[in-house]
Amino acid sequence: MKRGISYTRAFMTLLKRDLQIAVRHRGDIFNPLLFFVMVVTLFPLGIGPEPQVLTRIAPGIIWVAALLASMLSLERLFKADFSDGALEQMMLSPQPLSLMVLAKVLAHWLLTGVPLIIIAPLLAVLLHLESNSYGALIATLALGTPVLSLLGAIGVALTVGLRKGGVLLSLLILPLYIPVLIFATSAIDAAGMNLPYDGQLAIIGAMLVGSLTLAPVAIGASLRVSTN
Amino acid sequence: MWKWLHPYADPERAYQLAGKLLPWFSILALGLILTGTIWGLMFAPTDYQQGDSYRIIFIHVPAASMSMAAYMGMAISAFIGLVWQIKAADWAAASIAPIGAVITFIALFTGATWGKPMWGTWWVWDARLTSELVLLFLYLGVISLYASFEDKVLAARAAGILAIVGVINIPIIKYSVEWWSSLHQPSTIKITEESAMPTEMLIPLLINIFGFGMMIGALTLVRFRAEVLARNGMRPWVRKLAQEQGAA
Repeated sequence: MKRGISYTRAFMTLLKRDLQIAVRHRGDIFNPLLFFVMVVTLFPLGIGPEPQVLTRIAPGIIWVAALLASMLSLERLFKADFSDGALEQMMLSPQPLSLMVLAKVLAHWLLTGVPLIIIAPLLAVLLHLESNSYGALIATLALGTPVLSLLGAIGVALTVGLRKGGVLLSLLILPLYIPVLIFATSAIDAAGMNLPYDGQLAIIGAMLVGSLTLAPVAIGASLRVSTN
Repeated sequence: MWKWLHPYADPERAYQLAGKLLPWFSILALGLILTGTIWGLMFAPTDYQQGDSYRIIFIHVPAASMSMAAYMGMAISAFIGLVWQIKAADWAAASIAPIGAVITFIALFTGATWGKPMWGTWWVWDARLTSELVLLFLYLGVISLYASFEDKVLAARAAGILAIVGVINIPIIKYSVEWWSSLHQPSTIKITEESAMPTEMLIPLLINIFGFGMMIGALTLVRFRAEVLARNGMRPWVRKLAQEQGAA
């Protein structure tokens, strides 16, 4: 039986396609990033510019802003493919849907998660983050943002067929983001106090491995429900 | 082996079975909750440390443990509905969700009123309380996802997937008091060892836990019957039923 192109090639083709589409609509990359910067900027203005206060709340602000930015950018993950029918073609293709979905989520993370990791240290400077917390900040973002993309994609896949998915999406996926937020900020706080934080990192790593294995299946099942 | 179960996938049979079970669940729930609550509030001994304010335990613990049990019930029904495509299981999951949300809210509310005199605060952000709050959000997410689809077959599947994903939270709630140092006390009722609680307090508590379970069962049956009728409104047996009820 011939199954067409190999899994690796299908994965790479879809990844390349999604990256190319994003590069041609540059707004999709920059808008979530601008949103992230704006949210972080609002906090010192709202709370007051005292460096001690900002140092204390910097990890929380950066992570909450990252959660919101990830959620907002995820909303369009399947929308275009859903409305032009490309999603149905992916489902009909002989390659497993979870593989295709994983390629799409990876593309999304490369386009929104990675720029966020790059810009986060700059914002940390503005918020007077403890100098020994920077490593922990980068490490938690590097391990945590893929988890956000994977978990969020489940919610997006469930709501893609609905006309008013936006508010519902936040209700569905923000509860699932809470564990990542708790461990990430506690790791950064621990690093700020010169305490070991590899335990928290290990838990976020475990979440990443777990969601990398299970989330594509759930996303695939949800997409089949949504397109029916 | 499971052949006797298959007829109950038929909506009419399921509706009738739910109707037959309902009085039993209701009577047991009423009897157990009345006995447990009166025993607990009036006759159980006073706690040497917390005085009489510990007595809210007879509402708080049953609500909290049943909020998790109801979630598992919902997730298992959703799983059965997804895997074996049994619609009655989907309807059962949809009918448990609002009841579970209310029970979770009761657990959080009684916990807060107990926390005020004992811990000196209504709320602390520790692992047990936060994970129970996440449980409430998960229930609300399942309810609103089910409500936002026009097509209820799709709605049940989508809400079912979310319910199954949310199961990850249940062991976190259960073991949160052991994994993290928490203001919330570790569990006093143990199945395998002797409980860290005198028998005179334990028995009314256990009665109330079973009573709350029966109450959730009874309420679910009521909502399940309504859900079956709502989803099968065009079937001849529902029309016949409506005519008979209307004539009487």
